[in-house]
Amino acid sequence: MTSSLNLWLIPILPLAGAAINGLLGKKSSRTAVSVIGLFFPGAAFAWALSVAWRVSSADLPYTEYIAHWLRYGKLGVPGAFTADFTLYLDQLSLIMLLVVTGVGFLIHIYSVGYMWDDPSYYRFFAYLNLFMFFMLTLVLASNYLVMFIGWEGVGLASYLLIGFWFTKDSAASAGKKAFIVNRIGDFGFLIALFLIIQHFGSLDFTKVFAQVQPIAPETAGAGLLTAIGILLMVGACGKSAQIPLYVWLPDAMEGPTPVSALIHAATMVTAGVYMVSRSHTIFERAPMALTVVAVIGTLTALFAATIGITQTDIKKVLAYSTISQLGYMFMACGVGAFSAGIFHLMTHAFFKGLLFLAAGSVIHAVGGEQDMRKMGGLRSYIPWTFLTMGIATLAISGIPPFAGFWSKDEILWQAYSSPHGSWVFWLIGVITAFLTSFYMFRLLFLTFFGDYHGAQVDEHGHGHGTHADSDHGHGEPHESPMVMLVPLMILALLSTIGGLVGIGNRFQHFLDPVFGAGAVAETAAETASHTTELLLMGISVVIAFLGAWLAYVLYLSKPYLPQKIADGLNGFYTAVLNKYYVDELYSKLFVKPLIDGSTSILWQGVDRKVIDDTVNNAADGAREISNEARQMQSGNLRSYAGWIAAGSAVVIAYMIWMGVR
Amino acid sequence: MVPLSYYLVLSGFLFACGVTGFLIKRNIITIFMSIELMLNGVNLSFVAFAAHWHSLAGQVFVFFVMVVAAAEAAVGLAIIIAVYRTRETLNVDQVNLLKL
Amino acid sequence: MSVHLVLFLAFGAVCVAGAVNLLAQTHPINSALSLIAVMAALAGEYLLLGAEFVAAVQVIVYAGAIMVLFVFVIMLLNAGVEEHTQGSRVAILFGIPGVLLGSILVAWVVLQHSGTESVAAGALKGDPVTIGQLLFHQFLLPFEITSVLILIAIMGAVVLASKPPTSPATAPARKVD
Repeated sequence: MTSSLNLWLIPILPLAGAAINGLLGKKSSRTAVSVIGLFFPGAAFAWALSVAWRVSSADLPYTEYIAHWLRYGKLGVPGAFTADFTLYLDQLSLIMLLVVTGVGFLIHIYSVGYMWDDPSYYRFFAYLNLFMFFMLTLVLASNYLVMFIGWEGVGLASYLLIGFWFTKDSAASAGKKAFIVNRIGDFGFLIALFLIIQHFGSLDFTKVFAQVQPIAPETAGAGLLTAIGILLMVGACGKSAQIPLYVWLPDAMEGPTPVSALIHAATMVTAGVYMVSRSHTIFERAPMALTVVAVIGTLTALFAATIGITQTDIKKVLAYSTISQLGYMFMACGVGAFSAGIFHLMTHAFFKGLLFLAAGSVIHAVGGEQDMRKMGGLRSYIPWTFLTMGIATLAISGIPPFAGFWSKDEILWQAYSSPHGSWVFWLIGVITAFLTSFYMFRLLFLTFFGDYHGAQVDEHGHGHGTHADSDHGHGEPHESPMVMLVPLMILALLSTIGGLVGIGNRFQHFLDPVFGAGAVAETAAETASHTTELLLMGISVVIAFLGAWLAYVLYLSKPYLPQKIADGLNGFYTAVLNKYYVDELYSKLFVKPLIDGSTSILWQGVDRKVIDDTVNNAADGAREISNEARQMQSGNLRSYAGWIAAGSAVVIAYMIWMGVR
Repeated sequence: MVPLSYYLVLSGFLFACGVTGFLIKRNIITIFMSIELMLNGVNLSFVAFAAHWHSLAGQVFVFFVMVVAAAEAAVGLAIIIAVYRTRETLNVDQVNLLKL
Repeated sequence: MSVHLVLFLAFGAVCVAGAVNLLAQTHPINSALSLIAVMAALAGEYLLLGAEFVAAVQVIVYAGAIMVLFVFVIMLLNAGVEEHTQGSRVAILFGIPGVLLGSILVAWVVLQHSGTESVAAGALKGDPVTIGQLLFHQFLLPFEITSVLILIAIMGAVVLASKPPTSPATAPARKVD
C-alpha cells in the first residue's frame, strides 16, 4: 500500500477558501478575493491530478480514515452501528473527482470575469468554494452518511447561490423552491438509508455492498432491495431534477450563469447519477427498481426536450436540456449500463458547462438580455463565443467526432441491447436526440445568425435584462475578456476530444473494477451483433443531422414557419410553452392546500388558540386570583384580627390533634 | 380546694372575651381595652400554674407582663392620639389607608 | 363547699360580668369602668392563689395607672358613643367562629386533663421579699431590659403624642454655641 494520499486535502482546500473569503472578503480588494477564490480550488484540482498520477489500479479502492464520528453499541453485537468520517477512492470517484475539480476550477476562473462588477463579489466566491467542499465530500465519501452531508450541503450551496441576488423576489423564491423540492427527494433518500441501516447494520459502502452481493436478484416481485432502490431514486429525482421533482431547475436559472454552469449542469445535478451508480449493487439485484429508474429517465428526457423546443429564454432552453440529458444518464443506469451513464456525465459536464458559460458570455455581450428573440447575428460581434458555443452544440447533438456522440451513442446502444433494456427506450432516446439537436441548433441560429434584433444599448450600458452583471457602458455587443474566454476554449477542447476515451470501450473497462459484477450489461452488449451497433450508430447520427437541418429550415431559411406551426397547433403549443402547466398543477395540489392548512390549522388553531391562549389565560387567571386575594388587604384592622383568630384556632386544633395522637 | 381547671376556664373565658371585643368593637380605644383584658386573662393563667407547680417564676412573669402592658398602653394610646389628630375619628373602620 | 370555692366563684362572677359588660357597652367610658372592675376582681383571685405582691401590683399599676391613662385619653379625645359603620364581614364570619372553636378546644383539653388537681388557697406564698430576690438574682437581665423598654416607651409616647411643628419654616435652625 502506498503512503497516504492525503485525500482530505481535496475537500478541505476549498473549504479554507470559503472561510477566508467569507470572513475576510468584505474588506478585501477584488484582487485579493480573486486570488484566494482561485487558489484553493486550483490547489484542490492540482492535488486531485497528483492523486490520479500517483495512484495505480492496484491501489484502488483506497480508504482514508479521517476521524471518528458515530459509534453506537458494541462492535459485533447486533444493533451496533458505526459511521466515521472516511474517504474512499476508486475509479468511479476518481473520475468524478477530476470532473468536479477540473470543471469547477475552470468555472471559477470564468467567474472572475463574469462577476467582476458585482458588489457582493467576495460572497460569490465564498459560496462557490463552499459548494466545491460539499460536492467533493459527496464524491469522496465512503459511507452513505458522509455522502448525505455532501448531499445536503450542495443543496444548501445551491440555495445560497440561486438566491445570490436575494433582493430580487424571483431569485429568493427560486432558491427556496430548489431547496424545498430537494428536501422532498431527501426524504426518500433518508428512508432508504434507514432501511439500509435496519437490514444491513451499516452505511459503509464496502460493508453494505458485501452483504448485498450474495442476495439473489428479486425477480419474483418487489422486496427490500426494490424498496431501497426506488427510495434512493426518489432522492436522486430531487437532486438531479427528474420527473416529478424537476420543477426547481428551470427556476434556478435566476442565479448567476456560472452557478448554472457549475451546479446545475456539471456537478450537483449529477450527484443523483453518481449515487445511483455507486449503489449499483443494490439496483442490479432489484430489476423493478432498475425499470423504474429507466422509465423515469426516459420519460424525463423526452418530456424536457419537448418543452425545450418552445422556450425563448436562452438559459431556460439550456435548463430543460440539462434535465433531458440527465434523463439520458438515468436511462443508462436503468438498463444496467452504469459506466455509460458516467461517461455521459463526464462529457455532459464538458459541453453543458461550456454551453452555459458561453451563454453567459452572450448575455454579457448584449448587456443582460436573455431573450433569444432579441438576439441574432451575434457571430460577427462575438466570434470566439460563437465558435465555442458551436462546438458545444455539435457535441450535445451527438455529431461525431465530438464528445457527446460517443457517450450518447453508447447509452442508446445499451438501451437497445442490454438485458434490462428494450427497443422502446432506444426509440424514445432517438426521438429525444432528434429534439435535442433541433432545439440546440435553434438556439444557435436564433442567437448567432440572422440580424441583430437587440435593443440598442444606451450610453449607460443597460440592456433590457434585469441582471446585475455586465453593466459597463457599451454601444453594441462586444466580446468577453480573456479571463472568460480561456475557460470556454479549454472546455471546447475537452468537448471535442473528451469522447475519444470511449473508443474501444476503454472508458468502460477503466470502470470495470467498480461495476465489475454488473458487467453483465457490457458483456452482453459486446457479444451482440457488431453490425447492429454500427447500424444504430448511423441512425442516431442521421437523426442528429435531421434535427439540425429542420432547425435551419425553420429559423433561417423560412423564419415565418415557426409562427404558422405554432398557430396551427394552438392549444398544444400553448401547453408546451407553459411547461405543461406542471408548476400550476403542483401549486394547486400541494402548495395551496399546505399554505391554507397551515394558516387555518397551525396558525389560527394551534398557535393562536392553544399556545397564545394558554399563556394569555394563565396571565388572566393569575390576575383574577390575585384580584380575589388582594381583597384580604383591606386595611381594616378588624378583618386582620378575624383572620388571626381563625388562624390561631386552626393552629391550636392542630397542636391538640398532634398531642392527642 | 378549687380545681386548677376552674382557674384555667376562667382565664380562657376572659381571653375569649378579649378577642371577641377586638373583633366586634369599632372604637379603637375599646379595642385596646380588649387587648388589656386578654393580657389579664393570661396573667391569671400564669398565677394559677405558678401555684400548681409551686414555682414563683410564674408570678415573676406576671410582673413582666404587666410592665410590658404598661409600656404598650402608653405607646398605643400615644399613637391613637396621633391618629386622631389627622383622621379626626376613633372609628377603626375609617383608618384604612393601608388598603391595597 | 369550702370558703375558697365560694370566694373564687364570687370573684369569678365579677370578672365574667365585667368582661361581658365591656363587650355590651357602647360608650368607651363604660367599658373602661367595667374593665377596672374586672381587674379588681382579678386582684382578689390572685390573693386567693397566694400571690400577694402580684395582686398589689395589679391594683396599683394596672387598675391604678394604666386604666387611669385610658380614662384620661377617652376624656381627652372626647370619645363618644360608637357609631355603626359597616364592619368587616370577615371578622364576624371567621373570627367569631374561630374564637369559639379555639376556646372550646382549650376548654375541652383543660377539663379532660386536669380534672382532679386542685389548688389550695394561698398555696404558694408570693411575698415581696421572695419575688424581689427572684427578680434581682434569677431574672435580673429581663428586669433590666424591661426598664429600658419602659424608657423607650416613655420617649416614644412623648414624641408620638406631642403636637407636630406648625410649619417647617418656623422651626429654628440649631446654632452651635
